[in-house]
Amino acid sequence: MKKPEILKLSLIKSLPILCSYLFIGTAYGILMQQAGFPWLSVLLASTCIYTGALQFVLTTLMASGASLLTIAVTTFFMNSRQTFYTLTFLDDISKTGRRRLFMIHSLTDETYAVNCTLELPPKEKREVMFYVAAFSHVYWITGSLLGAVVGQLLPFSTDGIDFCMTALFVTIFLDQWEKSNRHFPALLGLTVGIVCLLIFGEGQFMLPALLLVSAALVYDNSRSRKEEKA
Amino acid sequence: MSLYVILAIFIAAVVTFSLRALPFLLFSGNRKMPDWLSRLGAVLPSAIMAVLIVYCLKGVKSDMIGTGVPSAIAVLVVALSYKWKHNTFLSILFGTAVYMLLLRIL
Repeated sequence: MKKPEILKLSLIKSLPILCSYLFIGTAYGILMQQAGFPWLSVLLASTCIYTGALQFVLTTLMASGASLLTIAVTTFFMNSRQTFYTLTFLDDISKTGRRRLFMIHSLTDETYAVNCTLELPPKEKREVMFYVAAFSHVYWITGSLLGAVVGQLLPFSTDGIDFCMTALFVTIFLDQWEKSNRHFPALLGLTVGIVCLLIFGEGQFMLPALLLVSAALVYDNSRSRKEEKA
Repeated sequence: MSLYVILAIFIAAVVTFSLRALPFLLFSGNRKMPDWLSRLGAVLPSAIMAVLIVYCLKGVKSDMIGTGVPSAIAVLVVALSYKWKHNTFLSILFGTAVYMLLLRIL
């Protein structure tokens, strides 16, 4: 494939990401603006962090003045899935040369999903992966800046736009539910989440909930492995 | 922009990038991921997502009618539309629109 064809295919492959990043990005920008954070912080977050779900949560954490430790631990747990994305494309990414750091930085839920659908010869696949990643990052930054700047000009109230984040999580949750035949982890997460919320309250429950869930899952895994061996 | 905001974004960015780069440090070449970790990786995302949904709906506890009812209906709209079409973008758009509308009329 020649360069124009690579670019065209990358653009087509990235179209679903365009729709969702522009919309969710704009919602994120509006949310940041509502919470009183300047557009520069939106640009900084969307460029350097670049994971939609966490950026939403970070907005509410920062607005409530959460400790930097809570922010670090929440980021760690929320984004631990990214590690497994990189792992899937370890071989492809390690052959991208100078683009490697960018390829590592730009792997998100959405680009991961698109990369999984690419059936091309290795060299062309890596080219398309790069351009899909580059386009998607631009969509995300554009959307969030749009929200941060246009949010205050909108003639109607944008109260409730934060539901975007809830909706995003519900769709991911359902997707994972359908893909797995064992629902214990999902139900465990719900139960521990609610119990911790009742015990520790709104401001403090994330940290204990995430730690408890991980510990319980490691324990459950080691137990089910012993059963398999027995 | 306060120092706190810059630090918060910086920390989130560094932790996120480290997680994304981790496989290169640990498992490049012939070293494989330990079994317990790959098992955790398979089940952790759905449990974390469940905790996050609780996080999003935490405000419902203090305002059952004002945000509780709109949230419940909108979550249902998202879930049912997703079951039906499996289109993430449409479900988010639709659910958010319903939520914003209900906030104003209830």
